[in-house]
Amino acid sequence: MTLDPKVPDGPLAEKWDKHRFQMKLINPANKRKYKIIIVGTGLAGASAGASLAELGYEVESFCYQDSPRRAHSIAAQGGINAAKNYPNDGDSIWRLFYDTVKGGDFRAREANVYRLAQVSNAIIDQCVAQGVPFAREYSGYLDNRSFGGAQVSRTFYARGQTGQQLLLGAYQAFSRQIGLGKVKMYPRTEMLDLVVVDGHAKGIVVRDMVTGQIRTHSADAVVLATGGYGNAFYLSTNAKGCNVTAAYRAYKKGAFFANPCYTQIHPTCIPVSGDYQSKLTLMSESLRNDGRIWVSKKKGDKRPPAQIPEEERDYYLERKYPSFGNLAPRDISSRSAKEVCDEGHGVGESGLGVYLDFADAIKRLGENAIREKYGNLFHMYEKITGENPYQMPMRIYPAVHYTMGGLWVDYNLMSNLPGLFVAGEANFSDHGANRLGASALMQGLADGYFVLPYTIGDYLSKVKPGSAKTDMPEFQDAKEEIVAKTKRLLGVKGKKTVDEFHRELGHVLWGYCGMARDEEGLKKALVRIPEIREEFWKNVCVLGSNEELNQSLEKAGRVADFLEFGELLCLDALERRESCGGHFRVEHQTEEGEAKRDDRKFCHVAAWEYKGPNASPERHKEELKYENVTLATRSYK
Amino acid sequence: MNLTLKVWRQKHKEDQGLMVTYEAKDINSHMSFLEMLDVVNEDLIKKGEEPIAFDHDCREGICGACSLMINGVPHGSEKGITACQLHMRHFKDGDVIYIEPWRARAFPVIKDLIVDRSAFDRIIQSGGFVSATTGGVPDANAIPIAKPDSDSAMDAAACIGCGACVAACPNASAMLFVGAKVSQLALLPQGKIEREQRVLNMVRTMDEENFGNCTNHFECEAACPKEISVQYIAQMNREYLRAAAKQ
Ligand SMILES: Cc1cc2nc3c(=O)[nH]c(=O)nc-3n(C[C@H](O)[C@H](O)[C@H](O)COP(=O)(O)OP(=O)(O)OC[C@H]3O[C@@H](n4cnc5c(N)ncnc54)[C@H](O)[C@@H]3O)c2cc1C
Ligand code: FES
Repeated sequence: MTLDPKVPDGPLAEKWDKHRFQMKLINPANKRKYKIIIVGTGLAGASAGASLAELGYEVESFCYQDSPRRAHSIAAQGGINAAKNYPNDGDSIWRLFYDTVKGGDFRAREANVYRLAQVSNAIIDQCVAQGVPFAREYSGYLDNRSFGGAQVSRTFYARGQTGQQLLLGAYQAFSRQIGLGKVKMYPRTEMLDLVVVDGHAKGIVVRDMVTGQIRTHSADAVVLATGGYGNAFYLSTNAKGCNVTAAYRAYKKGAFFANPCYTQIHPTCIPVSGDYQSKLTLMSESLRNDGRIWVSKKKGDKRPPAQIPEEERDYYLERKYPSFGNLAPRDISSRSAKEVCDEGHGVGESGLGVYLDFADAIKRLGENAIREKYGNLFHMYEKITGENPYQMPMRIYPAVHYTMGGLWVDYNLMSNLPGLFVAGEANFSDHGANRLGASALMQGLADGYFVLPYTIGDYLSKVKPGSAKTDMPEFQDAKEEIVAKTKRLLGVKGKKTVDEFHRELGHVLWGYCGMARDEEGLKKALVRIPEIREEFWKNVCVLGSNEELNQSLEKAGRVADFLEFGELLCLDALERRESCGGHFRVEHQTEEGEAKRDDRKFCHVAAWEYKGPNASPERHKEELKYENVTLATRSYK
Repeated sequence: MNLTLKVWRQKHKEDQGLMVTYEAKDINSHMSFLEMLDVVNEDLIKKGEEPIAFDHDCREGICGACSLMINGVPHGSEKGITACQLHMRHFKDGDVIYIEPWRARAFPVIKDLIVDRSAFDRIIQSGGFVSATTGGVPDANAIPIAKPDSDSAMDAAACIGCGACVAACPNASAMLFVGAKVSQLALLPQGKIEREQRVLNMVRTMDEENFGNCTNHFECEAACPKEISVQYIAQMNREYLRAAAKQ
């Protein structure tokens, strides 16, 4: 089986234009005969839904929250990139393209990334036209700031609520189409399976989360914009409901899952404070500009930080990376924190934390200067921990934040299953093995506003509208399978709660497939995960019935999928015998501890094919061809 | 610490519902309020009792899902935060805590502490947008916007749509929610073109959805986790009068 990325030929800068011209169109009067299902209402789903409905297609949309406005995109803080070059500091489409490919450690598809950079500017225009209140200068023009991995200021932002404002912009455009009757919205509805007819994606199975009704919906194309799978690790910065279910069920129906091991761990989050912890909160990376990171040289030191004298402190980043110090790149900082904690130097009750200390900066610049720069972050930290960071150092620890892996898609964002399109964090996307800050929002909106509206039309122009009906056997079978699975979950009547299993899985993934991975650990995980899964199906306790709002049942279904998917994640990590971006294999590092790629063997996308419940999945390759950039070692020295 | 919880339990929309007492034992003061409920729920499941249903997702004060009346105050009595941002260190051993859903005619209870807030979505669908279709819009910097206007629009746009304003209001009015959106868009040149139709449509939908009138109690502002000012209600009233006069 060869995976054809369907990248158009011709020079990089002309591919998208040429492709747009070559794609087939559908007569405006005929568009309304086509129905498109969109699962997910985050930036990717809402922008696609609004744009496709405006074009005249009939759209059905689904989300698990009570309102499309609550999709997890709402939580993004920092900003969104675009190559506007408003500050006149040397940015260009080419530079944004290059930074993204390099940031991704040369594991992304060139043509996709170039297109992303090309459409980035139109996104900002669109958002402003919708009334998104981006930050402005006194002149009335838009303000920009800098972000990691770039030397230009290309990030647009709306205070610390950029994701919220972009999502509300898309949600409002989308709501307008709902009001006009062009979109039928199904909130509190969870997709539980994909329906495939003659090899084409033609519909989905859903559960109404209020009544428990399990039904099917048919369409001419299906879009999954269901977000990332960071919650496989139990603790992450993702919202509680984020899941892999939609993507994983599509995988089991034949869609390939690409690079599941590419996960991003953010170095500065508020550490876990106890077993009850339900999620982790991000603290902006910008804090590392003025904070110094340290731990006690003594193992298991329980003294309060103020009582640890200067000479007994280990400023380990400054020690190990004298040139970069506290501003070492994300992956290195995260891994170093883990190392010192594993060695027993961690701080706080749990021992899983390091200090981020502002004492020197406050001495040097004064408390007011620090307050002006970071006041809102200090306030947020204090609200959560009850500790005052002006008086004592912050405690931080890395946390799972974003997943670069996802369903495999070609240049048209269509998976190997015709008719199944995947957008936003759910696809394996444009970020290679590591995503740069402020690029996920850009990608989600690029996919939804400016890519899918064209590429779906091209696909639909080749299929007969309305050919799939929910009374077809494929729909009935898929539905029966879900009904049976739900019964099974409710029927176990065991002794352990769903969360207990999820936590156990999280521990295994975090321990063996987190910031540092090695063959031995991954093999252990591959033994342990099936054991947990087996116990889950024998001993999980899900109370209540299907015919009601049942949050335990919802969780159980998601965790059941994480328990299968976790294995795929570890398998992919095991097979990728190199380090790249967020995937760090201990066996493959340079002397300085940097990720060591193996371009000869691994300059490819790994796309996994499901082979049945008792067989190993098959690993396919899409070779990555770099025609416009030279593969180089990422250097931050 | 040990606490006593008095929690609203209601099986479904038509069920009568009642307050049920639970003991929350060994609660750590670092827990968030929702984590405290998680612990209580894990206990209930172990005992074979159905857990308490409540809406939540982001758990960091931005998605607007969590919606608890805590001791009669939406999101609890700490100012400027949502229930998911409330921490147990604000309670003490032996406290009795009352937990109820939002109470409003327009927000019917679905189960336990979960209410149906889809009326908010329908208000937005009736006019809370700028009719800019994808593509064909001018460069983002083509129209400069005075910083004070853009800042004020952002203050209004900070609304998370949680419904605390409605829950706090003795009349269950949605004026702060609607006022914030109407004002945000009216303050920006992009939104000015449709301002009249927008305010008329949104106010009409608000009335049809059974929200009450505003009689200037200003409980909404006090309860708003994003501290959105009632000045936006005044601004909406001006928008409305202006639009109605033109009709
Ligand atoms: C704390 C935080 C801060 C971030 N900050 C930034 C930033 O500053 N800049 C940046 O560029 N990126 C940032 N990111 C990343 C970025 O926010 C996400 O990658 C992006 O918003 C994902 O958008 P999406 O549309 O793909 O998915 P989401 O917004 O996650 O939406 C998923 C949708 O799918 C639905 N869904 C999921 N599963 C199902 C199912 N089974 N059935 C039905 N519906 C389902 C959900 O209801 C939801 O509507 C941040 C992420 C986090 C967690
Ligand atoms: S859970 Fe999102 S605001 Fe509370």
